[in-house]
Amino acid sequence: MTAISVRGLRKSYGALEAVRGVDFDIEEGEVFGLLGPNGAGKTTTVEILEGYRSRDAGEVSVLGHDPQRPGRDFRERIGVVLQQAQLWPTLTVRETHAVFAGYYEHPRNVDEVIELVGLAEKRDARVKTLSGGQKRRLDLGVALVGDPDLVFLDEPTTGFDPAARRAAWEMIRSLRELGKTVLLTTHYLDEAEQLADRVAVLREGQIVRIGTPRELTTGDLEVEIRYRRDGEEILLRTSEPTRLLHELTAEAVARGEELERLEVRRPTLEEVYLALVQEDPE
Amino acid sequence: MRLFLHQVRTEQLVYWRSREAAVFTFIFPLLLFVLLGSVYSGHIYGVPASQALLAALLAYGCAMVAFAGLSITLVLRREQAILKRLRATPLPPITYVAALLSSTLVVFALETVALFLLGRAVFGTPFPARVGSVALLVVLGAISFAAMGVGLSGLIRSGEGSSAVVNLIVLPMAFLTGAFGPTHHYPRFLRAVGDVLPLKYLVDLSNAVYLHKQSFWSQGTAIGVLLAWGAVGVVVAMFKFRWEPRET
Repeated sequence: MTAISVRGLRKSYGALEAVRGVDFDIEEGEVFGLLGPNGAGKTTTVEILEGYRSRDAGEVSVLGHDPQRPGRDFRERIGVVLQQAQLWPTLTVRETHAVFAGYYEHPRNVDEVIELVGLAEKRDARVKTLSGGQKRRLDLGVALVGDPDLVFLDEPTTGFDPAARRAAWEMIRSLRELGKTVLLTTHYLDEAEQLADRVAVLREGQIVRIGTPRELTTGDLEVEIRYRRDGEEILLRTSEPTRLLHELTAEAVARGEELERLEVRRPTLEEVYLALVQEDPE
Repeated sequence: MRLFLHQVRTEQLVYWRSREAAVFTFIFPLLLFVLLGSVYSGHIYGVPASQALLAALLAYGCAMVAFAGLSITLVLRREQAILKRLRATPLPPITYVAALLSSTLVVFALETVALFLLGRAVFGTPFPARVGSVALLVVLGAISFAAMGVGLSGLIRSGEGSSAVVNLIVLPMAFLTGAFGPTHHYPRFLRAVGDVLPLKYLVDLSNAVYLHKQSFWSQGTAIGVLLAWGAVGVVVAMFKFRWEPRET
């Protein structure tokens, strides 16, 4: 079953085209990542799917609903973690979960959810006393307390220290075990690699690549060969490194020369990703 | 209905838990009543000063709870994206607004009860002769000032500036309309300014119902002006109220 289907989605803010014709499908139970730099259109896309914004053009279906007309049933089935929402600072962790549980027809057990997001020890602490990472877990907890089928996570680990990120990743992995469909946005490649079954890379409002994290970066992995000749650095990029290297070394051997500072390397995934989001789409 | 009651309970919990808001809007009018009541003596409008002050500060309490408190709360919740977050839940927006207004009404009703109890205990002021009329005053005042409060929240851009802006409106308004004591010795033009402000009419209504034991329904002018100001608030809210933080 398809949880989310997007065809030809467009959205402009005045003269700025934030989303320029985006297509993708997300299957039920899949963890799907929208990856891209700031301003690529990730949040706009997600907020259209969450029912916050209208679209200018395109077809969108989320759990069989048009999010432009979000009804009770749609709201019952989604959970949302916004990029920067706060909750009432003076309520406790448990009270906050109970307030949100009260909005849903069939909420999960509040204490179980608090346990799940790792806030059991902070159950009776006021929200304002929580650390940044703990507040993010609270956001996740209240997004899960309604027992949604689909969870939106908008940059869930931005601003985290490495330990807090690892903890957040563990939690997001546990969502998969619960069978939830997850749409996650991030501008960290490693996060998308770690968490997502499939990733769409967004750049200036368009998808430039879509696939599994592996497919994403192996397609055009050109190997770099560097060496020095007469003091000048020479850099060659090739998809056939064996043949090129053989030719180069055969020539050098024939001339009786050494290829100075010869170096063969594959670009890291990070470099491929950066090239992907920076290169000209043409 | 279940969602409505759940949200009224939530609003009450949040209000009483947040000490700053509760002290600022709930305790402050009570405190002023005791302070002014200890300073003024003799008679005002032909009644003991403490009674006149009680009637005036009842109106001030409405401005604090329903107008100042509500608008600051709404601006902060908007800018912190709490409103935005709530919109993603199955709680319908209309239910949220209804629960927020009802919760405001509950707080103002408790404020009214507290004023009468405090007046009785400290200054020996009588309980109101027309309880039904006082109840209607509380409802009308809360609706009118809450509507203006929601409208004002749409006009305030930032959370940091909200309490400054609101105080800049409420304090002079209270001073000019007799909510801190009689204005008949003020210069004429100041009184003229006070005459167009909504709080003046709530003070008048409070004086009529509590001090002069008149029926709520006999005060057509005050009721009409308060409803008109409430309508202004609703119209401003329709055009200016936002659920999401202002884009920076």
